[in-house]
Amino acid sequence: MLDSIVFYFFASIAVISAMLMITRRNAIHSAVFLITTLLSTAGIFLQLRAEFLFIAQIILYVGGIMVLFIFVIMLVRLDVPLPQIRSPLRQRIAVFVAVIVFAEAAYIVWKAHAMQGQGILIPTAAPADKLPPNTEDLARSLFGMYLLPFEIASVLLLVAMIGAVVMAKKRTNTP
Amino acid sequence: MMPIGHYLILSLALLLIGAAGVITRRNVIIVLMSIELILNAVNINLVAFSRYYGDVAGQVFALFIIADAAAEAAVGLGIMIAFFRNRETVLADEMDLLKW
Repeated sequence: MLDSIVFYFFASIAVISAMLMITRRNAIHSAVFLITTLLSTAGIFLQLRAEFLFIAQIILYVGGIMVLFIFVIMLVRLDVPLPQIRSPLRQRIAVFVAVIVFAEAAYIVWKAHAMQGQGILIPTAAPADKLPPNTEDLARSLFGMYLLPFEIASVLLLVAMIGAVVMAKKRTNTP
Repeated sequence: MMPIGHYLILSLALLLIGAAGVITRRNVIIVLMSIELILNAVNINLVAFSRYYGDVAGQVFALFIIADAAAEAAVGLGIMIAFFRNRETVLADEMDLLKW
């Protein structure tokens, strides 16, 4: 009961502020609404008992990536009064396709939910109060079975860092 | 415990809102932010299935996706700054250097 109240609270905040994010004219307002969405997603991670991801989401997304976005929005001059939507036709097509795909997939999920227990799908989760904190399991898995992908991710981050520095650098002597 | 369909629907809604943002917005920075929203929607799916199967592999992959989103944001915003220095615009319609 409390679980579903918490879930619906965070989910409605996430969806509403995501919609506001793609419709605001001002880029800073969009960034703030995206931060709200990411924070309520972090709340949903906590409701799913993923404590480490809750912290990582707040520190990395909200504290790192979004600050980077806001820096770039402020570096780049954006206060030109221009239409922000590409064309009304394009907007209508996008909304139409999104609604159609949402309706289809929601129908399928609903049917699958109605068929639960007939052999296919989703297991029922362990009750939350019997669940130990799983950060330690996550670390064991990350540094055991997934050690190679972990190292590859570090190389990816190094490449991205060098690439960002090279691209944002001002070229003084152009050949 | 709630049925997993709720998480799937939430993730789907966020993903489609992000996709609509990518298609409709002219400002490339907001397009990049919509891509972050899509990656975040995928994370909700992974963590929900990780919880329901009692397996932490989903959380490990969500961590990798967060690292990937950070790398993508850094490179994308680097490109944006370099492009803005050359062309004085961040609008997707006016990025037509490769068009002929």
